[in-house]
Amino acid sequence: MAEALKVEVVSPEKVLYSGEADMVITRTSGGGEIAFQAGHAAFLGVLVENHTRVFQTDGTVIDLAVHRGFVEVSGHPTKVSILSDTAEMAEDIDVARAKEALERHQLTLKAESVDATIADAVAGKARAEARLTATGTGFTA
Amino acid sequence: MAGGTERILRGRVKAMQSTKKITRAMELIAGSRIVKAQQRVQAAVPYSEQITEVVKDLAAAGASFDSPMLAGRDEIKTTCYVAITADRGLCGGYNAGVQRATEGEVKADVLSGKDYTIVPVGKKAEGYFRFRDYQLSQSFMGFSDQPTYEDARRIGEYVVDLFVSGKVDKVELVYTRFITAGSQEVVLRPLVPLSAATVAGGDGKAGSTDGSGSSYEFEPDPTEILDTLLPRYVEARIYAALLNAAASEHAFRQRAMKSATDNAEDLIKSLSIVMNRARQASITSEIMEIVGGAAALDGGDNIGGYVDMGDDFFGAQLGAPSAPSTRSASPATAAPAAAATVPDSGTATATIERPVNSVDGDEDLTPGDTKS
Repeated sequence: MAEALKVEVVSPEKVLYSGEADMVITRTSGGGEIAFQAGHAAFLGVLVENHTRVFQTDGTVIDLAVHRGFVEVSGHPTKVSILSDTAEMAEDIDVARAKEALERHQLTLKAESVDATIADAVAGKARAEARLTATGTGFTA
Repeated sequence: MAGGTERILRGRVKAMQSTKKITRAMELIAGSRIVKAQQRVQAAVPYSEQITEVVKDLAAAGASFDSPMLAGRDEIKTTCYVAITADRGLCGGYNAGVQRATEGEVKADVLSGKDYTIVPVGKKAEGYFRFRDYQLSQSFMGFSDQPTYEDARRIGEYVVDLFVSGKVDKVELVYTRFITAGSQEVVLRPLVPLSAATVAGGDGKAGSTDGSGSSYEFEPDPTEILDTLLPRYVEARIYAALLNAAASEHAFRQRAMKSATDNAEDLIKSLSIVMNRARQASITSEIMEIVGGAAALDGGDNIGGYVDMGDDFFGAQLGAPSAPSTRSASPATAAPAAAATVPDSGTATATIERPVNSVDGDEDLTPGDTKS
């Protein structure tokens, strides 16, 4: 590959990841999954809860759960900035807790009729799903 | 009586010493937290820089700027002040600075016939403004020394809602900016509406993308992105302010506690001097009583048994004078003093000279001290 992408995953509290990669896959609101490689056109998108993958130049893949935010792609060499509201590295995710949360929210969705609670549960479910996909445990979107 | 003052002073010195321990501990804790808080301020910088970049790029790409958060109101009727203070005191003028700045703004508004509301952040702001009957909106507290982004989000949602619903026409942040560990300043920053100047960015970066910047692809469309982006931008600003305030709080507290510790040290020193003087005075007066009593006995021949014993006893004691041993001798004083009905004679005066002088030499007492 001729050119590497400069990738930064930033949350309000810290810089989660910063490095060079061949490709980044993330998911935009309404647009589905999207991959960026070097030379991609300038792009600006709103992200949903998703499993973001960073394919590093050394061949390893970094898995992250990104909960909402923005992605900006610009410049030469191409730079991908993911501004997340909250983001977690796969190794920091508590799988048992995420599974439990997923079940809990699914139950709430079946039983509830109050709009606010449903919205909460939908968001919680999406977060739990993103976490589980990022850790590669029993869920694929 | 003399022993009484000494005991009181000893108590005060002890109290001062434990106060000093507490202030010293607080000073050290604050000192170590400054570093952590500073790191958090630094860690938050990339996000706020990038989000500013994104807003600028959107501006350059021609996103529509009729978002309610960008449109300033023609007539500012109500201003909302978000005053960020600490939850605790013992941090010098930290809280007072923000309170005074906010109060000044509010008074200026009232004078010019405008309305205001205060959103206190931190217990100290809440208490201060509530006590003085200012108009308060919801208050936020319990996180001043270690704010999280979640806290910033709650405040952000609340003030954006206040603004968008038209209850207020302007939101301003009052907080203490952390410059270095040695200097902080209270600042007043406009928060909403976001001024076009902040968004369009004066650093020319948006313009310098030489055409390529304007060919952004958007998903979804720019206006929609801007609508999701702006609340995040406000939250990031509030978060940065909270972090700055927390770092400043620790810096202020460290300084306040350092001077408290120094003051405690000074007080302990001067109290100890007074205490020692009182102790020496009481010892001296006790010795004077003993010696006086012994001298009186020396003069009388009819109670010889007492005289012999007294002479040897006091001579031995005075050879090695120390505070406790002199005091232990004091019960013995009672007997000779009671028996001292014999009038002074010439020999008695002569014997007084010797022991008093020897006490002076050993205890390092100046004559002035002995009298005080």
